[in-house]
Amino acid sequence: MAQKREIAGTTVFDGEQAAKGYQLNKMCYSFNDPENRKKFVADQGAYFDKYKLTAEQRAALASGSVLKMIEAGGNAYYLAKLAGILGLGVQDIGAQQTGMSVKAFKQKLLDAGRQ
Amino acid sequence: MSRIIGGFFTSHVPAIGNAIARKQQNEPYWKPFFDAFPPAREWLGRQKPDVVAIFYNDHGLNFFLDKMPTFAVGAASEYVSEDEGWGIPTTAPFKGDPKLSWHIINGIVADGFDPVMCQEMTVDHAITNPMLLMYPDSKWPVRIVPIAINSIQHPLPGPKRCYDLGRAVGRAIESYGENLRVLVLGSGGLSHQLDGERAGFINKGFDRECMDAIAGDVSALNKYSALDVVEKAGAQGVELMCWIAARAAMQGRVKELRRSYHIPISNTASAVMLLSNEPVEAAKAA
Repeated sequence: MAQKREIAGTTVFDGEQAAKGYQLNKMCYSFNDPENRKKFVADQGAYFDKYKLTAEQRAALASGSVLKMIEAGGNAYYLAKLAGILGLGVQDIGAQQTGMSVKAFKQKLLDAGRQ
Repeated sequence: MSRIIGGFFTSHVPAIGNAIARKQQNEPYWKPFFDAFPPAREWLGRQKPDVVAIFYNDHGLNFFLDKMPTFAVGAASEYVSEDEGWGIPTTAPFKGDPKLSWHIINGIVADGFDPVMCQEMTVDHAITNPMLLMYPDSKWPVRIVPIAINSIQHPLPGPKRCYDLGRAVGRAIESYGENLRVLVLGSGGLSHQLDGERAGFINKGFDRECMDAIAGDVSALNKYSALDVVEKAGAQGVELMCWIAARAAMQGRVKELRRSYHIPISNTASAVMLLSNEPVEAAKAA
């Protein structure tokens, strides 16, 4: 099999990642239903159990690190639903992943328009 | 016979829906983006399409990883939007055109595609935001045919495959016996990336190349693979595939009417394009 293509700063969500992250993404997919969001907020531990999250996924969620959640198989589109519950916007998440302040991250985007 | 009267292409970033709900269209941050739409609406008002065929990507609302279609075509009589898990604004339901949907499905399967066929389908901001940008009063004067392209789980279909899909959809629409005026819509893009250390990635040079190809020869993008597009446009910039397919559906004499490009809205390089599509015979006669 051909070697995987490396794209800097990017995790390609391929079959391997999709298999690894299945339970985590399935939990996030359940948040489409507002009732499930309430259940999650009421008892996160029970919710993790219900979706059979792996130890790595639980640790990633406990750390709050989006990069760790991606490493544990999380997909951006599904994780966005979790971010919504936590009240994080895409700029908050961008800042966290790039190690910048939210202000600096927003400025980076504005600067991209001026180049 | 039905005909494709034009193509509309726009970014669909969720924040657009929030900005509309909060009436922020004239704020300095948003104005450069929203200013693109009044002229496009005038054109729509004159052209009066009956149906919009929307090439879009589902963001984990209708499809999960248990069964992820590469291509899916809606064949429902109604499509309902939901809040996608984070409370974003929903809209009035959209009327479908099942008869046209089945005609498209029949046509593209005969052309070698294997779409998932959906008689129930929830639709997300990739459909609601472009529709709101075209019809702000949300009294939809058109029916829709949603055509979903997987942008979540690799392997993704690349530019060439999406180009061929668009060609097949275009042929199917123009062979439909009823006299419908059909607008094609490419939803998403342009360059952006939400996840990873490269979050916030934007590529103005590549976006310009893509907009020029959309205005001119879209097959110029067929040299890229899906992973090339990830590298050049960002992980979520693969929504470009929806633009490619919509543009490829237009097979008449195509003219660029409007183009607008602005960085940033949210984490995205936003772009809006409007193209007209004249039948080749009519264009010759003119």
